[in-house]
Amino acid sequence: MLERGTWTAKRGLAQMLKGGVIMDVVTPEHARIAEEAGAVAVMALERVPADIRAAGGVARMSDPGLVESIQRSVTIPVMAKARIGHFVEAQVLQAIGIDYIDESEVLTPADETHHIDKSKFTVPFVCGARDLGEALRRIGEGAAMIRIKGEAGSGNIVEAVRHMRQVTNGIRKLQSLLPEQLMAEAKELAAPLELVKEVHETGALPVVNFAAGGVATPADAALMMQLGADGVFVGSGVFKSSDPARRAKAIVEATTHYDNPEIIAEASKDLGDAMRGLEIAAIPEAELLAARGW
Amino acid sequence: MAAALGRPRIGVLALQGDVIEHVQMLRAVGADPTLVRLPRELHDLDGIVLPGGESTTMGKLMRRYELLTPLRALIRDGLATYGTCAGMILLADRVLRSADDQPTIGGMDLTVERNSFGSQVESFETDLNIEEMPGGPFRAVFIRAPRIQAAGPRVDILARLADNTPVAARQGSLLVSAFHPELTSDDRMHRLFLDVCKDNRGRLEQRLLAAQA
Repeated sequence: MLERGTWTAKRGLAQMLKGGVIMDVVTPEHARIAEEAGAVAVMALERVPADIRAAGGVARMSDPGLVESIQRSVTIPVMAKARIGHFVEAQVLQAIGIDYIDESEVLTPADETHHIDKSKFTVPFVCGARDLGEALRRIGEGAAMIRIKGEAGSGNIVEAVRHMRQVTNGIRKLQSLLPEQLMAEAKELAAPLELVKEVHETGALPVVNFAAGGVATPADAALMMQLGADGVFVGSGVFKSSDPARRAKAIVEATTHYDNPEIIAEASKDLGDAMRGLEIAAIPEAELLAARGW
Repeated sequence: MAAALGRPRIGVLALQGDVIEHVQMLRAVGADPTLVRLPRELHDLDGIVLPGGESTTMGKLMRRYELLTPLRALIRDGLATYGTCAGMILLADRVLRSADDQPTIGGMDLTVERNSFGSQVESFETDLNIEEMPGGPFRAVFIRAPRIQAAGPRVDILARLADNTPVAARQGSLLVSAFHPELTSDDRMHRLFLDVCKDNRGRLEQRLLAAQA
């Protein structure tokens, strides 16, 4: 009897990706550059977040044909994004055998009230979060992996740092509480009590937590790792830079050796220009991606 | 040999993957685990675990940080090694469906096909009977798992799926499984590996004594 889509199998793939870098790619050629650089997975997209931001309009799931062409071009896992709440996009991605679905704020939300009921799917989901409560709500819906939201397409690490610290602080606070305080804290966090109890006991999220949204340099990646991320998503940071192959390789090395400044220094040399990046205050409030979803 | 009478010192290749899961399980079965990212961290090991993760990523990082040559030499000289999933791919002499230019360690007379069951939606759990392992079936978790397609005469197959596919094997001091015991609470595979390390340590010490005499 082979049992598919179990919680252990869903969560397990994220555990296999730990210590690694997942890169946004828009063509099979990009995907091969990412694999060659040592990425543990790729995220197949029509446009990287910086271009989605620039293009405006409604951003949707990528053309399944494009996603399939990327699946054929590499041997590492391939992820793709569905709009928040758009469970049919998720069904389509599962039907073409995607390895992980990112229910992502980078795309225009399809439902302002409900996220996808992820527990119904065989394919695992990763979801964005800004703090512990949001992470536990998504896990409660069946997300098998969390990523910090950061601010996608900004090339600015400040939001990812803020969100990572918020999650960590939330966990520390939970650990310091007495058992009788957990229900009140669950109410405060708007998170399922069972998960609140679990984090109180273990001092960790029940699933893997990657950093995302603003990683542009090897040092950015190592910063997020030292802040406690299990791994790193790089969206626009690689292919919006002047030498993607080299930068991709350097970010992979800095993620593995995140606590070794000599190696990060070596990896950071002569990479050419990083993506330009945006001051968060210069982004109009309506265009902040992290605010999508709840 | 490290800690001749103490807890076996087991390296865990920590370039990427489910490293901490192995560390925790090794600690629980009485080993002294230590992380390996650079060649200088390969000293004084009684054994090494190659964890689950992406074999392409680990292979490239092993090549970039010059771990391949010293690891191959240690394994040739009898270092006890346990590879789970990606670790099994790294230990196999022949890899099918590998990425272009994918470095591996080799040393075990196996032909292994990467990602042999399909994409993540085909990942599964099942109960396995493992050769000579007391305590009933083993709940085995397979994640985008590889499959052993062929094994040489020195290889013992330790477990098979219902369709006869071999999914765990041993060749002397080398142990592999296509599944991930480190994702469960069943530590019997890790205990088996520790026995391999201890047997091996005894043998190596005898050889050393014989050489001195």
